[in-house]
Amino acid sequence: MSDKKLIIAGVVIFVAVVAFPFWFNMGKAAPAPELELTERAKELNHGKCVMPTDYMQSEHMQLLDLWRHSVVRNAKRTFVNTSGQEFNMSLTNTCLDCHANKAEFCDRCHDYASVRPYCWDCHIDNPKETE
Amino acid sequence: MSDLLKPEELYKTDNRPPRTDWMDTPTEIRKGIACYAGNPKSLEYVGFPNARQWSCFDEDWQLPENWQEIIHEGFKERLEKFRSFKVFMDICVRCGACADKCHFFIGTGDPKNMPVLRAELLRSIYRNDFTKAGKILGRLGGARPMTLDVLREWWYYMFQCSECRRCSVFCPYGIDTAEITMMGRELLNLLGLNIDWVATPVANCYRTGNHLGIQPHAFKDMLEFFQEDIEEITGVLVEPQYNKVGADILFITPSGDVFADPGTYTCMGYMMLFHYLKEKYGFDVTWSTYASEGGNFGFFTSHEMMKRLNAKMYAEAKRLKVKWILGGECGHMWRVINQYMDTMNGPADFLEEPVSPITGTKFENAKSTKMVHIAEFTADLIKHGKLELDKSRNANLNVTFHDSCNPARGMGLLDEPRYVIQNVVDKFYEMPANTIREQTFCCGSGSGLNAGEDMELRMAGGLPRANAVKAVHESKGVNTLATICAIDRAALPDLMSYWVPEVEVYGVHEMVANALIMPGEKERDTDLRGEPLAGMEDADE
Amino acid sequence: MNVKYMYSLLAVIVLFLVSYVLAGTGTAFKVLFGIILPYAALLTFIIGFISRIMNWGRSAVPFRITTTCGQQKSLPWIKPNAIDNPFSKGAVVVRMFLEIVLFRSLFRNTRLKMKVGPKIYYQLEIFLWAGALAFHYAFLTVLLRHLRFFTEPVPLPVRLLETVDSFFRLEVLYDVSQFGLPGVYISGLVLLAAVIYLFLRRILIPNVKYISLAADFFPLFLIFGIAFTGILMRYVAKIDVIAAKELTMGLVTFHPTIPEGLASIFYVHVFFVSILLAYFPFSKLMHLGGIFFSPTRNMPADTRATRHINPWNYPVHVHTYEEYEDEFREKMIDAGLPVVKQPVEAPPEETEEKE
Repeated sequence: MSDKKLIIAGVVIFVAVVAFPFWFNMGKAAPAPELELTERAKELNHGKCVMPTDYMQSEHMQLLDLWRHSVVRNAKRTFVNTSGQEFNMSLTNTCLDCHANKAEFCDRCHDYASVRPYCWDCHIDNPKETE
Repeated sequence: MSDLLKPEELYKTDNRPPRTDWMDTPTEIRKGIACYAGNPKSLEYVGFPNARQWSCFDEDWQLPENWQEIIHEGFKERLEKFRSFKVFMDICVRCGACADKCHFFIGTGDPKNMPVLRAELLRSIYRNDFTKAGKILGRLGGARPMTLDVLREWWYYMFQCSECRRCSVFCPYGIDTAEITMMGRELLNLLGLNIDWVATPVANCYRTGNHLGIQPHAFKDMLEFFQEDIEEITGVLVEPQYNKVGADILFITPSGDVFADPGTYTCMGYMMLFHYLKEKYGFDVTWSTYASEGGNFGFFTSHEMMKRLNAKMYAEAKRLKVKWILGGECGHMWRVINQYMDTMNGPADFLEEPVSPITGTKFENAKSTKMVHIAEFTADLIKHGKLELDKSRNANLNVTFHDSCNPARGMGLLDEPRYVIQNVVDKFYEMPANTIREQTFCCGSGSGLNAGEDMELRMAGGLPRANAVKAVHESKGVNTLATICAIDRAALPDLMSYWVPEVEVYGVHEMVANALIMPGEKERDTDLRGEPLAGMEDADE
Repeated sequence: MNVKYMYSLLAVIVLFLVSYVLAGTGTAFKVLFGIILPYAALLTFIIGFISRIMNWGRSAVPFRITTTCGQQKSLPWIKPNAIDNPFSKGAVVVRMFLEIVLFRSLFRNTRLKMKVGPKIYYQLEIFLWAGALAFHYAFLTVLLRHLRFFTEPVPLPVRLLETVDSFFRLEVLYDVSQFGLPGVYISGLVLLAAVIYLFLRRILIPNVKYISLAADFFPLFLIFGIAFTGILMRYVAKIDVIAAKELTMGLVTFHPTIPEGLASIFYVHVFFVSILLAYFPFSKLMHLGGIFFSPTRNMPADTRATRHINPWNYPVHVHTYEEYEDEFREKMIDAGLPVVKQPVEAPPEETEEKE
């Protein structure tokens, strides 16, 4: 029948579309990114962040948002973590102080997961904030 | 029908479904809705199986032993032969968009008249017999086995669908219940389950060429009777030609127009138009007694029967050596001609591409099938100023136009008849937009349901149409419902007198003939119906 | 209670519990839900989908049964409706495109109102159309967005889509509850809302409730489950998204792995998607392929101008003119109708109309 060709073409398109991730990644290995901690990050605070690693992994964006809110709206700059330690709520001065290697720390995961946080809209490549 | 409900009793504003699931709601075949069973002689005449005397109200339907196998095999065969059937069985998502689009559902409130549920009656069996999911999940997957109750249900509801295709306009996948109903009826016919209003016209059309079984001499008698009427009204003697070999054009119209009022006036209209054209331009057209039925009751039976009846048109055109075929005002006839005839019985290579001998217009849209609709033909004549028309003779008519289902949704013949009407009458009003053109509502009696015994169904099914007529009757004073369908002309008068008394039903070419100034005519004081013309009310007193 | 949706709801709840509990028990079930079932489901989907399509393709298209929804092309001075009564293949392509992309037929939808009178009204009813569009486009967007888990590097169009999708920065920020980071994708919420709408209309509109099958509720619940677990993982019970991508990338590069630390909810999500994929070809969801095959939409309405060929057209018994004349010859002659053959005994009569 005359529409056999159309149907076959449709099937080919269907397979091509459905199999897109397979052929797009053909021959590529895409291992999860390894994060690099700076020496300073390993040393300071006994190698611990402001909160436990698990929490930081999934909630760092939320924490940063809360910090921002607290600083900008309420002018409160002190963060007390669960073990009673105090930190200055500052992306640049606290976070990036240890994690100075944005490319190897922040970006690796963000790029891998295709996340574009708007942190860097303002905090461009960690110039030190002027006090 | 004396036991027909009154309009206010028939009209229900509450169409909520029953509490029990449709698969658990037994079908009660009701008088007033169901049609009489097909006469065994009619079935026999065309070689249909299991011809016997039976009634749908009988306990025993006298089915062949292996009826389930017949249905199963028939189903299977049709799934292979019709992609439409297979796809429509598979892809419905039951969104419900079609539900309140069906005139039979609106009128009867019976949930199984929702197009989606009508199709589910078949789909449930399809799932059970032909799909893995249905076999595994059973009832949960919407499947059920074929039983006698299901068969009764099929019969009851396949003959409560007029194949009007309105649902198909609204369906996001274009699922066409006409297609479902045609398959359902084909399957039922395998068991000899048909209604007499379809089966007997089929046999009659097959034998005599027309659905009432009128034999050739009587056919001619009828037209001669019209000749006398026309002469009396206009003073002009029209002389139709019959079975004329070598005529330019063969004219085929539904035989309903020859035998039943008010179609007869439309038929007189054709005769007058042809006479006018013959006198003025030497138009050479012949009627045929062999192919004297434009309508195709086979269409309501099976594709094969449709083809067997339709074959006569080309056969007669070939025998009479005409150039092309002109078709009269008819609904489903035109669905068959437009979408089936050439495929079934073509190619019509013995005919010429249709050209109007009067205006020279080439009907390029009909260049393969070689059959032209008379509304197209007349519209072209009027456009070229070939007809002398006196609109004032239709001054009493306050007209609205009912698009017939099949020319609307199986063809798209919408503006041609409107153009003709607007050139022969002054007062023309459209019904509400949701009820005309491709959204038109069926007369409620299409596809062979135009019987007497199912009057309740017909009046219920015609309700949406009548309601729309009523709207313009009340707001614009419309008193004339114009149509281009013979079944409409047979069915709508009953419908109008039931729901909207004071509205008369007219064929378009009746109005054309009223306005047409015939060469040599006397001063007319009545229209074709013998009613006084506007301003002539006192002429005879 | 309507058993139809109860069964479907129950099925989805059971599937949820089973996968949630089992995925927590150990690596074996993680391999099952994270690797084996997704592969099996995708294979079932592809093979099933193609075989359904080929199966439709095998059936003949004997007649051109276009539903015409507008003026035909006839006389040159009558304006045809080129899209709704397509005369050419190009017009059919436009019609199909609008049908598939904009759900044009559904846009015509009206709702019936019957008042005492009798008076019947038809109101414009675009909610189903809007709901269906919202549902399908939200689903498509969600699907395409997920390509970020299946591509490395993530292609620009996908990133752009994400940007558009997260254009509205919805944030709830209180000390006790925070929502909105990572950035909210509007498509996920629209999908969830549309699924709920489609479910509600199935149980609240009496006629739609009446025609609904268990098979109509099941995919709705399943898709609800998918959207819900997805939203949960992103905004509430945040999972390790890097580990998630490690797993999905493993699948598409044929180096499947089960990374450490992925919460059970992730396996539930993947399991639901697998079920949807595997269920797809056997269900009404095949309308995705079927819409391309609908004979009332995908053919031009030009049958009178171009002959359509029926592949199984077979000769039939017809009542020929000769048989007809044989039966009625006497009567035809008496009535002065021309006949082809003269009867043997009767003298030839005047049949002047015969040539």
